[in-house]
Amino acid sequence: MASSRQIELAREAGKRIHHFHGGLRLRHNKKISCLDPVERPPLPEVLVVPLLQHAGDIADPLVHAGDTVLKGQPIGQCQPCAAIHSPVSGLVEAIEDRPMSHPSGQKGPCVVIRPNGKEQWIELKPLSNWLDANPDSLITQIQSCGLAGLGGAVFPTHTKMRDGRDRETHTLILNGVECEPYISCDEMLMREQPDKIILGARVLRRVLGAEHVIIAIEDQMGSVQRSLTGSAEFAESENISVVKVPKIYPEGGERQLVQVLTGLEVPAGGRPSDLGLICQNVATAAAVAEAVTEGKPLIERYITVTGNGISHPRNYLALFGTPVSHLVDCCGGYTGDVARLVVGGPMMGYPLESDKAPVVKASNCLLALSHQDIAEPQPEMPCIRCGECARVCPAMLLPQQLHLQIRNELWKPVEEYGLSECIECGCCDFVCPSHIPLVDWFRYGKGELRKQALESEAVELARKRFEDREARLLRIKQERAQKMAHRKQMLKGKTAQQERIQASIKRAENRSRSMPEEQSSGERDDT
Amino acid sequence: MISILILSALGLVFGLGLGWAALRFHIDSDPVVERIDALLPQTQCGQCGYPGCRPYAEAISVEEADINQCPPGGEAGIRALADLLGREPKPLNPENGEETPKTVVLIDESRCIGCTLCIQACPVDAIVGAAKLMHTVIKSECTGCNLCLPPCPVDCIDIVEVETHKPRWRRPRPQAVPLRVL
Repeated sequence: MASSRQIELAREAGKRIHHFHGGLRLRHNKKISCLDPVERPPLPEVLVVPLLQHAGDIADPLVHAGDTVLKGQPIGQCQPCAAIHSPVSGLVEAIEDRPMSHPSGQKGPCVVIRPNGKEQWIELKPLSNWLDANPDSLITQIQSCGLAGLGGAVFPTHTKMRDGRDRETHTLILNGVECEPYISCDEMLMREQPDKIILGARVLRRVLGAEHVIIAIEDQMGSVQRSLTGSAEFAESENISVVKVPKIYPEGGERQLVQVLTGLEVPAGGRPSDLGLICQNVATAAAVAEAVTEGKPLIERYITVTGNGISHPRNYLALFGTPVSHLVDCCGGYTGDVARLVVGGPMMGYPLESDKAPVVKASNCLLALSHQDIAEPQPEMPCIRCGECARVCPAMLLPQQLHLQIRNELWKPVEEYGLSECIECGCCDFVCPSHIPLVDWFRYGKGELRKQALESEAVELARKRFEDREARLLRIKQERAQKMAHRKQMLKGKTAQQERIQASIKRAENRSRSMPEEQSSGERDDT
Repeated sequence: MISILILSALGLVFGLGLGWAALRFHIDSDPVVERIDALLPQTQCGQCGYPGCRPYAEAISVEEADINQCPPGGEAGIRALADLLGREPKPLNPENGEETPKTVVLIDESRCIGCTLCIQACPVDAIVGAAKLMHTVIKSECTGCNLCLPPCPVDCIDIVEVETHKPRWRRPRPQAVPLRVL
């Protein structure tokens, strides 16, 4: 838990710019995709909406093959995560396993929808009087519209907001720092939809009961600052400031951004809300504005299609379920030299097996890298303990130690050295002179730790059930023994009683034997 | 003379202190048993020859049983026990069984006659049912000990693999790029 002094310091967020440990200065490569205004691509032939869009369980489908759906109709629900809505009006062709844009590259259940081109919306229920609505109804609206963090982690927005509302949150930070190279979707959104972002910020601020809103952008985004501060919404709002932060990767990480704005570290295992701060992506804020004032569910997002493998890189406002091959076709197709397709940025993205995979809530960028962009896989050499990885690690971990411990499966020290604090930014990978795939090792290690936690939970459960059963069997045995003893006592009691009865009978007999003499004497008296 | 007196007085004081601490912080159960029990897989399967994990832990602690008698714990379990007890790890005793991937059991409900024999055999109460009514296994609580198999009079219990579905997908261990020989 953060001390009150730290929370006091956190209130000063954005007044001074601080630094975080490590990080890298990378070539941006963003300009190539920022030249054209953002458009909606033409409707594809079919849309494939995966029922698994974030870490967690697969959503339960709410429709069947053959159903007709309207645009914005809920098609999947899953209690702790966000709902999934139909991006178009049309016919559900099937619910089947298809490639689903997931790091595993596995197929998963998807709803396949053939659009009918009519774009019929389901009846929308906006909260037009959101200024008077209570925070709970706003959170319910956010939840029913299926909002999730659009920065890439896809954390359900309503969960984060509920956490922020339940604690004393003083500042809302909107994260517009797109620190990874190539990605420009948030920059384009801030240029083109500043009013929506600021309106969303006001809604979120009302939900949280926060005082300030800070919109953090990179120091090179001059036009973005002009567009945000020049918007009509901004002129009407109070206590909203746009703060420029220096361009160092991975500044867009939640913890790093908090450190840059406040100079405070988010405690290990904690969240920014411990300091009274809530971070949301700018795209999430824009989606909140649409969800609350127009009632529109989350069915589309800005996505950057870029890289040297794309003929005409640009940004699109794409419906979820659009196959990425369709977007590439709209961009003029591939240049012919594509070595790898990546979803996300070059540092943290994951490779895509085929371009049939769809756009999902998490897809901020589709990157087609040419052969000259990617280094040939280098043979892995032993760690020489140069310490470069520790120097660049923004979480201040010791990657070289963690790597050796994971390799040797020493899980206890791995936990103690804070593997769970690793944000998988890839800085250590990038600088490693021995070409060790450190992040791959850390992801593997995290998976193993999670598995072990689940297993030890199961072991504890089995132990408890076994002990409870033993205790129960013992109790039943004791109870039975007690009952037996009691019955024996009763039997013994019975014999004693019978003896008493026998004795009284005997006494009575004795008496009756003596009685006739008395009676006879009486009779004699009478006569 | 004074030094002798001081030292004996100190000895007396410390002796009393230690004696008091021994009474005050007395522990009834044997902590070694607890620590051994914590390393065992709690399947309660009895393959070690003892009627559960705790009795086996007690037997190990008095050196009545060896550390290589637990097939579900496998090599990793033996290594952990060897570390704890400061002994040499040794291969699993084949008399106790083989290390196999974790399984659970499933009752074929159409064949179950409701005899309750498996319920009585289950060491962790993971089977629900009543006399002459269908029984079923609580999958999340089954440890895969297979103790319910022998008593079943109609052989309606099958061993099945534990299914891992997609959200539980884990990253594989990274594969090294082979070194090129020039």
